[in-house]
Amino acid sequence: MATKFRINGQAVSSDAPTATPLLWVIREQLKLTGTKFGCGAGLCGACMVHLDGRRAFSCQTQLADVAGRAVTTIEGLSPNSSHPLQKAWLAERVPQCGYCQSGQIMSAADLLRQSSHPTRDEIVSHMSTNICRCGTYPRIVRAIERAVREG
Amino acid sequence: MSHRIDRLPAVVSRRQVMTGVAGLTLAIALDRNGSSDAAELAAGTYGASLSPWVTIAADGAISIMSPATEMGQGSMTSLPLILAEELDADWDKVRIVPVPVIEKLYGNPAFGGSITTAGSTAVTAYYDRLRIFGAQVRRVLLENAAREWRVPLEDLRTEPSVVVHKSSGRRLSYGEIAGFAEIPAVAPDIKPEQLKKTSEFRLIGKDVMRVDLPSKINGTATYSIDLQVPGMIYGAVLESPVEGATPEQFDESKVAAIAGVIATIRLPYGVGVLAETPWAAFAGKAAVERSVTWNRSGNAWGFNSDKGIEAFATAARDLGVPVTTDWFKQGDAAQALRDAATVIEADYRCDYAYHAQMEPLNAVAHVSPLGDAVELWCGTQSPTMAVDTAAKALGISREKVTLHYTLLGGGFGRRGHRDDDYIVHAVLLSKAAKRPVKMIWTREDDMHNGRLRPITAHYLRAGLDSTGQIVAWHQRLAGDRVIPYMDPIRYKFGGEKDTILMLGVELRSYDIANQYCGLIYRDTGVRTSPLRGIGYTANKFVTEAFLDEIAHKRGLDPVELRLVLLKNTPRGRAVVERVAQMANWGAKRPAGRALGCAFIDYADSLLAGVAEISVERVEGRIKVHNFWCTIDCGVPVQPDNVIAQTQSSLIYGMGLALTERISIKDGSVEQSNFYDYQVMRMNDVPDIHIEIVATDYHPTGAGQMATPLVAPAINNAFAALTGKRLRETPMTPDRVKKALS
Repeated sequence: MATKFRINGQAVSSDAPTATPLLWVIREQLKLTGTKFGCGAGLCGACMVHLDGRRAFSCQTQLADVAGRAVTTIEGLSPNSSHPLQKAWLAERVPQCGYCQSGQIMSAADLLRQSSHPTRDEIVSHMSTNICRCGTYPRIVRAIERAVREG
Repeated sequence: MSHRIDRLPAVVSRRQVMTGVAGLTLAIALDRNGSSDAAELAAGTYGASLSPWVTIAADGAISIMSPATEMGQGSMTSLPLILAEELDADWDKVRIVPVPVIEKLYGNPAFGGSITTAGSTAVTAYYDRLRIFGAQVRRVLLENAAREWRVPLEDLRTEPSVVVHKSSGRRLSYGEIAGFAEIPAVAPDIKPEQLKKTSEFRLIGKDVMRVDLPSKINGTATYSIDLQVPGMIYGAVLESPVEGATPEQFDESKVAAIAGVIATIRLPYGVGVLAETPWAAFAGKAAVERSVTWNRSGNAWGFNSDKGIEAFATAARDLGVPVTTDWFKQGDAAQALRDAATVIEADYRCDYAYHAQMEPLNAVAHVSPLGDAVELWCGTQSPTMAVDTAAKALGISREKVTLHYTLLGGGFGRRGHRDDDYIVHAVLLSKAAKRPVKMIWTREDDMHNGRLRPITAHYLRAGLDSTGQIVAWHQRLAGDRVIPYMDPIRYKFGGEKDTILMLGVELRSYDIANQYCGLIYRDTGVRTSPLRGIGYTANKFVTEAFLDEIAHKRGLDPVELRLVLLKNTPRGRAVVERVAQMANWGAKRPAGRALGCAFIDYADSLLAGVAEISVERVEGRIKVHNFWCTIDCGVPVQPDNVIAQTQSSLIYGMGLALTERISIKDGSVEQSNFYDYQVMRMNDVPDIHIEIVATDYHPTGAGQMATPLVAPAINNAFAALTGKRLRETPMTPDRVKKALS
């Protein structure tokens, strides 16, 4: 039986087994590959998406969990890289290898949803769910602060 | 902004490109009659081809080849920028094209002419030739303009992408010239003094946007794990836990019962599972893992790293154990040690560590039905090695391998080995399947199959004369081999020198006349690899911590001692002096905090660092509050990127210094994922303060140079704070607690 849900505003359905991690449905069936596989265990945040507006590890979310719900991936965050975080990310030249950055941006967007003016400590605490092996953390902090400032 | 990375390297056959091409060749005449030449093919564009590095189209678009693969270090952008500087190209009109795998044209001089991005060598090794190439093409454009206008060459100058006649102000764009240019048979001779002076640079030393960045904020950047090709299925592989072991038996029926599994494939070194979906492939692999038995071929069975490093340390300290080679000798350290008034000695150890690039290794392969050709997609630090690996795995010639290399989700030294396993896996699975296969490792696979930074044990002695001067520096290092495992061919042709293991033991910048390091060479059978910082990370930890011990024993300020030893290295003094100012060295710190410093010379880049730490004694946790760092890497080609790479190197080094540890039990890696292999997260990272000490020297590496600074600076701060010396990396909580108990 197909599982129906919405992704980036579009109605979709998947015939994958309902226990399949959402991550793989997004990447391999829906071909939205901006969401990355990093650890498969909810430890690194490379797979972060929004589920009904809140961040979620897509590797820890089963397909069954999203039936009837709305998923947003990096591709749906803005149509043209115009989200304040995306603009700030470029202005601060955050990415290095770039692999974790979709997840970082999706986590940061969730932070700004909760708090329009997060403190430095709130940023650090919230973003410590996401690993960046290139160590772009100082620039991620600056980019979030810039996005808050410039909106 | 018109910059973009062009598509994956165009599929260009060797024959086409080699026709008429030898190094920089302006002899490839512009052919307006339809038969494309090499550079056009390689660049996938049209226009006057001036060299296999540059193509200028009539509309002014300039394509410049980049021989660096991009793993976040930025040299895919900075190499073409160097050429563009001397060409005087308008950067907004430049398009970057990854090179096809043609070593003769594009090989890295620092890696035997192979196309390899490693060792932080790209800018250093290509710098001179790219400047010359750019200047040659500019000269040809000037000569053509001079002919067209019938004026002397000296009356012309260039502005970005335009030739200007000085007196009349007449202008010809590079694109216009490309429309009529005649290309000389021989490239014009450019002398070094004809190149731009540093003060004339418009691009070098000014930050431009890296070409790959816009794609990395919206999910469009493509890594090999993202690819799908028509008819593709998925592959997972359970690799033998010990190098050299092969599968004996496993319950194939349990695997076959999983929905979506197509087949299990017995491989020489493991078991592969082919499936319709990745989740079915992973489930199949897990089923194999539950039932598989391995024969015990391979050398690492029975090896436990805890006992192993103990044995290394015993051998290093026991002077009766002969060294395998005298790795480094300067003066006569043994005699000077005998003559010394005082001898100080110390032991240190460093554990195995894992790369943990964020993209679990993977590749897509499509082997022809007859098994005589392959199309391969992967992220690699060495396109040359990737082609070699696939060819060898299939027993075919290199010409039958078509490689499409992609962006890398991190490299750090893991992706440029001979016979790189993730490539072999994909190729053999596709051969068996007779279909394209995307082979993906899980994080657990990536860690279990890790090729590790080697273990080392160090025994050091320093001899001081009656005035306290260091007159002898003597080290015995027991270490696990790297290059003979990762690349036996490179080992053989490189004079059997394991530079990956050993670099950094020499004190090149310090004024110590008598130095020695003997290598006690061991082969544990464990998979090893270069890892960001290579031997410097262990070896500079050891030498800089030991130097600190000497300073404390002599009652000297550690910064002062380094400045004295650097008396013949003004650039070294400069980075140390500046970092001491930045950290306000010598000023009283807040209660419970202390500073430690370190200096390193790493492949002609010079760095100094100061760590400010505190220690949470109950938990045994070292907290780093601040890290100050200075780097002199000659001309900083892209200064903001030097800063970014140094931030990155420092944070990577912090993980290696504090938490990252792989242990081996019965030959196998014990850790599995980020819960038991802990890398730095945002809340672990201190305030980082970096300054470039810019000089006019030839640019040297920046991609990993700060990694080895971190462990000794933290270690020295710990000793300053507690009076105790930690003798191992990583400096884990249990080790901290033990030292303080």
